[in-house]
Amino acid sequence: MLYREALNKALDEVMSADDSVVTLGEDVGLYGGSFRVTEGLVEKYGEKRVIDTPIAELSIVGNAVGMAIGGLRPVAEIMTGNFSLLAFDQIINHMAKLHYMSNGKIILPMVVRFPQGVSRQLAAQHSESYEQMLCAVPGLRVLSVNDVNYAYHALKYAILSDDPVVFIEHELLYNKKGEVDFEQKLNPFEARIAKEGSDITIVSYLKMVDDVMLAVPEIEKALGCSCEVIDLCSLNPVDYETLKKSIEKTSRLVMVEEDHKTGGYGGQIVSWAAEEMFYALDAPSLRLAGEDVPIPYNRGLELASIPTPESITRDIVAWGKKNDV
Amino acid sequence: MNKLLAQEMYYLMVLGRAFEYAAKENYMKGNISGFLHLDIGQEALSVGAVKAFEKGDIFSGYREHIMAMSRGLEPKAVMAELFGKVTGVSGGKGGSMHLFEPSHYFYGGDAIVGGQLPNAVGCAYARAFLEQDEGVMAIFGDGATNGGAFFESLNIAATHKLPLLFLCENNEYAIGTNIGRTAPFKEQAKKAEPYMPTYEVDGMDVEAVYKVVSEARKQIESGHGPVFVEAFTCRYEGHSISDANSYRSAQEMAHCKARDPIQRFKKALHEKWLCTEQEIQNIETKAQKAVENAVKYAEESPEPEADALFEHVFYEEGENVVS
Ligand SMILES: Cc1ncc(C[n+]2csc(CCOP(=O)(O)OP(=O)(O)O)c2C)c(N)n1
Repeated sequence: MLYREALNKALDEVMSADDSVVTLGEDVGLYGGSFRVTEGLVEKYGEKRVIDTPIAELSIVGNAVGMAIGGLRPVAEIMTGNFSLLAFDQIINHMAKLHYMSNGKIILPMVVRFPQGVSRQLAAQHSESYEQMLCAVPGLRVLSVNDVNYAYHALKYAILSDDPVVFIEHELLYNKKGEVDFEQKLNPFEARIAKEGSDITIVSYLKMVDDVMLAVPEIEKALGCSCEVIDLCSLNPVDYETLKKSIEKTSRLVMVEEDHKTGGYGGQIVSWAAEEMFYALDAPSLRLAGEDVPIPYNRGLELASIPTPESITRDIVAWGKKNDV
Repeated sequence: MNKLLAQEMYYLMVLGRAFEYAAKENYMKGNISGFLHLDIGQEALSVGAVKAFEKGDIFSGYREHIMAMSRGLEPKAVMAELFGKVTGVSGGKGGSMHLFEPSHYFYGGDAIVGGQLPNAVGCAYARAFLEQDEGVMAIFGDGATNGGAFFESLNIAATHKLPLLFLCENNEYAIGTNIGRTAPFKEQAKKAEPYMPTYEVDGMDVEAVYKVVSEARKQIESGHGPVFVEAFTCRYEGHSISDANSYRSAQEMAHCKARDPIQRFKKALHEKWLCTEQEIQNIETKAQKAVENAVKYAEESPEPEADALFEHVFYEEGENVVS
């Protein structure tokens, strides 16, 4: 099953089980969604529950907040993260805060689906990643979805949960293939060990997990070591327990992310390790991230602006040699 | 409009269409990537409006290749940008959606729907403030009229009586969703009525577009405030190259193409300006040649150097930083 099909299936199942679940966004209805995640839903559940909205992102999220207050379970789709900036007031000042400010009287069982990241030559206004901004706001759950099985389970969980959740998807993952275990009980806030290993803990999320996995065989060969790869799955809250266990075993940490390095999300993980895991570490942690530049259109420049399997291999091998891995 | 201008506009329309088909072909070949929004079918609007706004600043969205060329940008520099080459209008960093040429008063190239509108308001404010005569034209689709930026722009432009021409290209679709599904009426000019004078025009008729925009331009430059023009048009292709256009029926498309702006104008060239078959043929050949040259130039142009990645993040990096 494809990643986008897994998301579609999750939505479909939840919508069929619960009439109060609605989905809204640009082109989600008749058109089937820009990334085809909502395909077929309007035919099944009708236009009252699968709502084609105007190009008005502030309203998409703001209306979802109101729908949740009013007793529905909205799943809002922001076509891509870049356009969510128009909705950030609603995301931050309303979605994230109403529960707290009302002393718990208002609950917001809502999800904002959030495709983002560097896709292929879409240039600066279509390439941003915003997990660092979302995670900086207390009150939002932030899930980051790499794996197909996880996509299915985590989206169901997110819709059924009574917390406001931002569900980040990477645009290059929609056609990823994978198996889904429909019976599994999966807690989306637990990190996923994508590969076990004993010498280096490589932490990543979203599409970069796949790039790290492509780099790992080369790295292991060059350094004669074994890498453990952790897919964070949830960026807020973070499953620090899993990270802790892994670092205790390997005593080395590498963080890989696609976003710009300055202010990027990985700074949180590395600073946590500096505070909490200092004596467990045998080497300074390594952080691989995108360059601090708007993402260029030209393919060569675009690839130079973010980590790739090649640059991940190169940088981790160089760091490993310097630090006696 | 005289014969010379008519011929020039015909040239730009034919150039525009040939350019768009060449871009499509080169996308298929893998020379162009990313989003590519073609303007085929809407040439009369892009050419007529821009030519009528000969002076002044233009802010547009992402479907802007033909507007850029009508503004005087070289087809080869536009094509090279689509190829991501260093010789492109934006040095290969912008691509199809981000064409900018301040020396031609052309700003975009904005891939955020409606994002250009407040910028156009600000520029119009600057023009009025600096007592410069020319106004500003903002071009946007029907889909952009549903967002907050649009209403905020109407309000501010009208409050300050800014020299701003709002030009709405109403092709009835925002990606695959018909305007009828996202707004309570089809005529988006109604939204501007409380704020400013509004005009409607057939966007498939280049003469009509030219006339209305010329008059609207005079009006905004006379100091009475902004004007709204709505042009009804139709795009022949999908929203972007990755859109199969399956939400429009064959019948709807046929109706759309029956209004073809190029065929229509060609007839007028013959009948009204007495252009000979040969004259028209020459124009078409010239346009075809220009496009072939543009593709060749784009193919042969070099890729940007690796260092370009870090250039222009800031203005003259470092030099203006207070230390
Ligand atoms: C703020 C924002 N939201 C959504 C999008 C995605 N998007 C790109 S084009 C488009 C449709 C715009 O339609 P319209 O304004 O009518 O222009 P047209 O494409 O018809 O020229 C949408 C929804 C975007 N680029 N920016």
